[in-house]
Amino acid sequence: LTTYGRGLRGLSLAAAATITAALALTFFYAPLDANQGFIQKIFYIHVPLAITALCGFVFGGVLGAMYLRTGDRKWDIRSYVAIHMALIFGIGTLLTGTIWAKASWGHWWVWSDPTLTSFLIVMLLFATYQPLRFSIEDPERQSRYASVFAVVAGAFVPLNFIAVRAAQGYVHPRVLTLTGGNLPGSMRLTFLVALVGIVLLYATLWKYEMAAKSTRMQVRALRRALLGEDAVRPLKRSAAPS
Amino acid sequence: MRTVLTVLRKDLLLELRGLETLPAMVLFAIVTFVIFHFGLNRDTIDGQLAAGVLTVTLLFAAMLGINRLFVAEREQGGFDAFLLAPVDRSALLVAKATALFLFLVVLEVIAVPAFGLLLLGPSLGPVLPGLIAVLALGDVALAVIGTLVSAIAVQTRARDLIGPIIGLPLLLPALIGMARGTGPLLVAHASGSPPGKWVAILALYDLVFALLSYAVFDFLLED
Repeated sequence: LTTYGRGLRGLSLAAAATITAALALTFFYAPLDANQGFIQKIFYIHVPLAITALCGFVFGGVLGAMYLRTGDRKWDIRSYVAIHMALIFGIGTLLTGTIWAKASWGHWWVWSDPTLTSFLIVMLLFATYQPLRFSIEDPERQSRYASVFAVVAGAFVPLNFIAVRAAQGYVHPRVLTLTGGNLPGSMRLTFLVALVGIVLLYATLWKYEMAAKSTRMQVRALRRALLGEDAVRPLKRSAAPS
Repeated sequence: MRTVLTVLRKDLLLELRGLETLPAMVLFAIVTFVIFHFGLNRDTIDGQLAAGVLTVTLLFAAMLGINRLFVAEREQGGFDAFLLAPVDRSALLVAKATALFLFLVVLEVIAVPAFGLLLLGPSLGPVLPGLIAVLALGDVALAVIGTLVSAIAVQTRARDLIGPIIGLPLLLPALIGMARGTGPLLVAHASGSPPGKWVAILALYDLVFALLSYAVFDFLLED
């Protein structure tokens, strides 16, 4: 029995505090960008969302690999929740990204930008995760196939970025480079606080969802034990593991 | 190795006697060229546009083959028979990927000259070696990823739908490599050698997905 609720309150408070601090820093501390002005501040939410979503996809792949190694269903549930949350963060990334693109380049969508394009491809691939699960009825096979998908798609994330980046020029504002980047100190601090805040938010939501799922399963098991098999309605077919 | 050859021989013999998949792929490709002629309203095309038309057509024709790849195994108990046999499971991946690769080669042997005849402006002759190199590398990616996706999709209820929606995003980097690699070859007076960057990216993609498929394929057969 794993208790996902342990430490959840502290984690939630930490996430809320960090995000509040990040918003305060964004609006009152970080300087206005010389070229882009106010709209550049969306960067402090867009980039952390994107990084967290991509890491969430890879995290889901790692958890899927753990399922394939151990055969323990808890890993499949963890992988499912990781990918589910990353999808939600990914939609947030695409929305904030198009808003930024409209404001700074004048178009809602810009194909010449490799980061935007490869992110879209990754989203299109992971959008098939739930339909795939839904169309496999046997729960054990659903877990196994979904884990294979998660591993393959998780490995696809970096590969896809290499291929798409090679195909196009560098238009995306490259604020974080391997050479240390070119952010001034105040912007860098704000960005890092925002990144920590979004990662904490992801962790909190992941833990909440895991706690809800495991509680629901335990309640079902208890009801079945106390009231007999007939008292518990059979589950409807679902993409989610249960 | 013997298992691979046995399964491969069975697949090729089945295709040779039944002619279920290949003729459909070839016909599909040629009809698509005709459709592009009317859709684009152009008699001849060249350069990147030609490369795009050729590779997209090949990709969609390959999807037809990918959808059919494991249908016989599923419907006629081939999976069970294979699992009962005391052989390495990866042999099925290698055999099926090789079969799909050979299908794609036959498809291209017919479809590429047809493309040169129907749509392409510049002549194919001088750039043929470079074109063959890029298409062969692309075919490896199509065959390996196609086999993996087909093995996943065949066990789902809506396999004809699940196959393409998973397969197309996974194959996108390979399509980029094929289209950009063949683009410079299909212009008038092309130099004849494909851009090295794209050949390298295709080769890398082939290698990574071959290893990845080899690692996860066993799990798709366990029952």
